[in-house]
Amino acid sequence: MQKVKHNFKQPSIKLSPKQRVGLLLMLSLLVMILFMTINLGNNLHYILIRRGYILFTMIIVAFAASIATVLFQSITNNRILTPSLMGFEALFILIQTMIVFFYNDTPSYWVFSIIKFIGESCLLVAFAVLLYRWLFSFVHFNINLILMVGIVLGTLFRSAAALLQRLLDPNEFSVLQSRMFATFTKASPELIWFSAIVIFFFGFILWRKCHLFDVLALGRNQAINLGVDYRRTVTTTLLLISILVAVSTALVGPLTFLGLMIANLAYLIAGSNQHRYILPVAFLLAMIALIGGQLILEYVLHMAGALSIVLEFIGGIFFIYLVLKRF
Amino acid sequence: MSDISPSSLWSNSHIRDIFFISRVPRTIALLLAGSAMSVAGLIMQLLTQNRFVEPSLAGTTQSASLGLLIIMIFVPSASIITKMIVASLFAMAGTVLFMLILRKIVLKSALIVPLVGIMFGSVISAITIFLAMHYDLLQSLGAWIGGGDFSSVIQGRYELLWLVGLLTLFACWVADSFTVAAMGREFSTNIGLNYRRVMLMGLSVIAVVSGIIIVVVGALPFLGLIVPNLVSLMMGDNIRKTIPWVCLMGGGLVLLCDIIGRVIRYPFEIPASTILGVIGAVIFLFLLINQSRYAKS
Repeated sequence: MQKVKHNFKQPSIKLSPKQRVGLLLMLSLLVMILFMTINLGNNLHYILIRRGYILFTMIIVAFAASIATVLFQSITNNRILTPSLMGFEALFILIQTMIVFFYNDTPSYWVFSIIKFIGESCLLVAFAVLLYRWLFSFVHFNINLILMVGIVLGTLFRSAAALLQRLLDPNEFSVLQSRMFATFTKASPELIWFSAIVIFFFGFILWRKCHLFDVLALGRNQAINLGVDYRRTVTTTLLLISILVAVSTALVGPLTFLGLMIANLAYLIAGSNQHRYILPVAFLLAMIALIGGQLILEYVLHMAGALSIVLEFIGGIFFIYLVLKRF
Repeated sequence: MSDISPSSLWSNSHIRDIFFISRVPRTIALLLAGSAMSVAGLIMQLLTQNRFVEPSLAGTTQSASLGLLIIMIFVPSASIITKMIVASLFAMAGTVLFMLILRKIVLKSALIVPLVGIMFGSVISAITIFLAMHYDLLQSLGAWIGGGDFSSVIQGRYELLWLVGLLTLFACWVADSFTVAAMGREFSTNIGLNYRRVMLMGLSVIAVVSGIIIVVVGALPFLGLIVPNLVSLMMGDNIRKTIPWVCLMGGGLVLLCDIIGRVIRYPFEIPASTILGVIGAVIFLFLLINQSRYAKS
């Protein structure tokens, strides 16, 4: 524990972790208020409801991405891995496409029925857990190999999905294209509410096990020594993470680098190694990044709708920086 | 869409036209692009001393696309030759930048190089997509690059690929110097090789090949990676002996992908690059896991 702590660059201002969470909370509230109130036109009712849904979508996605990434990094004991880099999201898109392909039916997360959605989600979450459990046991010690295999699996899933989508309907290029980028404005209200319930429910379960992840973050051997049922905990965590990623992907589409950036920033800013501080800090940072980013793009740079691409760009550079710093 | 037999080719002028305007150029284009891309991958692997890189895993292809987009934005009416030159220049710049980033890495583990390359490529394609969206060119860019599409290759649109073929032949001819360069800078300088010149030569071949192929047929993912590796698994590492096989197998693989793409949903065509993406990723995974087993034992 002591050794890990020294790796942090402590900012010169001395604030307790609680004060930092408080500051970030205020900042994110400010960003939210700005988002809701800037440039209100005449049709107040419509605009407020529409913005409200977009804001709510962003909060859900920020929550899912931050929790999934931080916990994924804790169980793999590595700060470069994220569910998205490992191809989780691409897998979910592929499986959704396959379901549509083989049952020859409208995409389920476009116009969906909730029961069908739950059934399919269970199926694809189970598949994801099996696949990644297998991957982690198979190449246990070489983190680079795991990362590489994950990225290539992601490419494979994306190409396979693209192939199936082409087989599905050669004319609908625009539909295919709209799913390659994340958008926060297209989800339907019932899907947003359903995702919110699922994500906050499972997120809450994970949140309550914070102390367990503090132990897991010490690494596999330490955790087993301290009496954690390692295999079971890792499997359940992977399961819950997959649920979060699945629902968030169904809601907005793939966002590769958001989790990676905010998790690493959270380790720097939180001023503590305990998950009960890191998780809220990551969540708040994710909200500030998404909502603030959208604000800047929309009102300062006048480029609405490009948020996911800008995140991809900054995140990619950040990833290269992380890799270069480590080696 | 009628059957072609030698006799009908002789007697029916319509069939003769289809054959010589569409089928023959398409087949030649497939073979030339496939073999050139494989050889470019092989050269890149020799120069970076890493088995897991190829132009699309090192930002070269993505930089070429960026170049293509920039010329589409500023000079929409540019000729195909101008497009090709600009794309090649960007490919060159991108590859050099990647090499410079690589120099910063002290400990070059076999997998760090492609990881950095993949991320470098995704940063560049994020810029490209952003610009394309801003100028409302996303769809036409997709048609150029996402294609890997040989269905538009007819007489008059593939001839530049002969240049790629010449470059491939040139690369085969100087294969030995690349082999020596692959031993590292110190070693090759010691035995009297002009390391900088060979490096520049290799980079130019890679850049021009990638640039031309992006402009004429679109991206061919994974090809330069899997073909040289499979050949070296089967035939060893004597480049002078294996390079003809690399050409042959690269051309053959792209041809196979194109045929598969034309058959599985018959009246429609699926671009060869989409098929190649799936097959290539599977083979790459196999190579990765295989390699790690070797490393362990």
